[in-house]
Amino acid sequence: MSWIETLRTSWFAIVSHKMRSALTVLGILIGIAAVILTVGLGLGTQKDVSSQISSLGSNLLIVSPGSSTSTSGVRGGFGTGTTLTQADATALASKVNAPDIKAVDAEKSASEELTAGSTNWTTTVVGVTPSYLKVRSRTLETGEFITKADENSEASVVVLGSETAQELFGSTRVVGQSVTIDSQTFEVIGVLASSGSNSTSNLDDTALIPLSTMASNLVGGSQANTVSTVYLQATSADALPAAYQEAKSLLLNRHGIAASGDADFTISSQDALVSTATAVYKTLTILLTGIAALSLLVGGIGVMNIMLVSVTERTREIGLRKALGAPPGAIRNQFLVEAAILGLTGGVIGAALGVIAALVLPGVIGSSIVLSGAAIGGSLVVAIGIGLVFGVYPATRAAKLAPIDALRTE
Amino acid sequence: MSDASVWPVFEDEETEPRPTGPVIQLRGARKTYKSGSIEFEALRGIDLSIADGEYVAVVGPSGSGKSTIMNVLGCLDTLTSGEYLLAGENVEELDEIELAAVRGRRIGFVFQQFHLLPSLSAWRNVELPLVYAGVHRDERRERAVEALTKVGLGDRIDNRPGELSGGQQQRVAVARALVGEPTMILADEPTGNLDSRSTEDVLALFDELHEAGRTIVLITHEHDVAARSRRIVQVRDGLIQSEEVLA
Repeated sequence: MSWIETLRTSWFAIVSHKMRSALTVLGILIGIAAVILTVGLGLGTQKDVSSQISSLGSNLLIVSPGSSTSTSGVRGGFGTGTTLTQADATALASKVNAPDIKAVDAEKSASEELTAGSTNWTTTVVGVTPSYLKVRSRTLETGEFITKADENSEASVVVLGSETAQELFGSTRVVGQSVTIDSQTFEVIGVLASSGSNSTSNLDDTALIPLSTMASNLVGGSQANTVSTVYLQATSADALPAAYQEAKSLLLNRHGIAASGDADFTISSQDALVSTATAVYKTLTILLTGIAALSLLVGGIGVMNIMLVSVTERTREIGLRKALGAPPGAIRNQFLVEAAILGLTGGVIGAALGVIAALVLPGVIGSSIVLSGAAIGGSLVVAIGIGLVFGVYPATRAAKLAPIDALRTE
Repeated sequence: MSDASVWPVFEDEETEPRPTGPVIQLRGARKTYKSGSIEFEALRGIDLSIADGEYVAVVGPSGSGKSTIMNVLGCLDTLTSGEYLLAGENVEELDEIELAAVRGRRIGFVFQQFHLLPSLSAWRNVELPLVYAGVHRDERRERAVEALTKVGLGDRIDNRPGELSGGQQQRVAVARALVGEPTMILADEPTGNLDSRSTEDVLALFDELHEAGRTIVLITHEHDVAARSRRIVQVRDGLIQSEEVLA
């Protein structure tokens, strides 16, 4: 009996029990769609998280000051201290002291109200150095960025985040307009391109001014020379550990601290953040995929169940076919192919639903789903495999039926 | 799966020499069924020889062993001891796959319950033996339609069994038995489920087939049905009680 005949016979058996076949297919379908979606969701979340973290900049080390202690003994958290200064940043930028550090951006931020005409908007005003764009991996949408000359002359210029520009000026041309910050007038010289990241700390709602302007005109006083964060860009990903060591020993030395345990600053790397977050989401993905795989297993047992029912119900047919010359192999193949068709049909529909859901869902739940061809192809193979594996036992049972017993069944 | 020794090609059947000896030869055939500790001797040493072209009826009351004879002759069951030669071939030596091939090639079954597949049309039912014999699909349909025409159902080829009367269904079954040009037609109570008119139809069909030179073995418990054959073999308690050759 040719394979085409076997296929035809099996297909006929399936369509003559439409309801039952549909329900069996449903079991596989749900499992396959669930696996594709959970794997896609897991990969998507991993991608989101790592892109959010790397949107801070590449090969980045972040130096934050240690905690502060007020005169009354109340200690603030990390980053509240005033131990990092502009001089520290300058020292870190030195190629002699720290050859593995490519660029340094010292920042100092404060929440301020910005006014343009009759419109006002409160945002984070950040004093930055000219290397900001390079270190933080940002680009300009229009205009130009703060230059060395602006820095030296404490120029009253500001570069706005795309959302801030939108809030203050709407759709009108922004570059050349004036913004008032803390009763001082700043000229808008550029607008940042959107970071494209949906991170919780909004990188598009900000106003950047020269660090020197920030220090002398906005903050002033005893804190004039302190900075809130120093971003270091290593020369390469491989140089990150070396850059870390150089920055640490240089700062310990400058602050006159002997034991690294007493350091009044912390250095963190985004790589550490990425790998931690990735590990967490990987575990989550494995867990979810495991649950989805279980539903696939249940679907497979459904196939076996229906095939066993089918064999029992068609005992007489099997007997007849054997009497008409069907060898055991032909009977076995007929049931195996039937199970494989059920599996494959469930797999194809499940994969299609999974793909559709993967295209529709991100708009609804706001996290991206990455579809991999391997996951889709793999799940189709698995679907046929499940049909075959769970079909073997019923098919073997059918093939082994003695024709006279089978024919005698009423 | 297309091994020629397992899958005979039916076109060759006509060029193959007809068996010179008897079509069926049972020698000292014994069959014992075991059910737990109870043993039951269904056949207790049967010698039976049927020549090519004969029309033989095996009759006997229920429990006489005639169903066992039918199963053995149809290669659906094997003997406990003794020999069964079908067209000169010792069936007892064959494995399950070879037995399936022998059934397909040598025997055309007609059952009391018709055993048609309800989801298939008449011609699809008739072509089944050809499917397992590996005959090409175009030829299968041609031969199935031809066989249905022979039994007078040429206009019903696309009807499903449920749309046919009992007599018509049994004629479809006869067409299915004929289509593979088997060495013998083995009919097990073929009229047991039919009214007298359909019975007459089917028996008339057997008469025609006999005249055309077919070998027919009919298993029945009805004497008027057996009387239509040319030789009656009476079975009782697992032994042949008498044989009677009719004119």
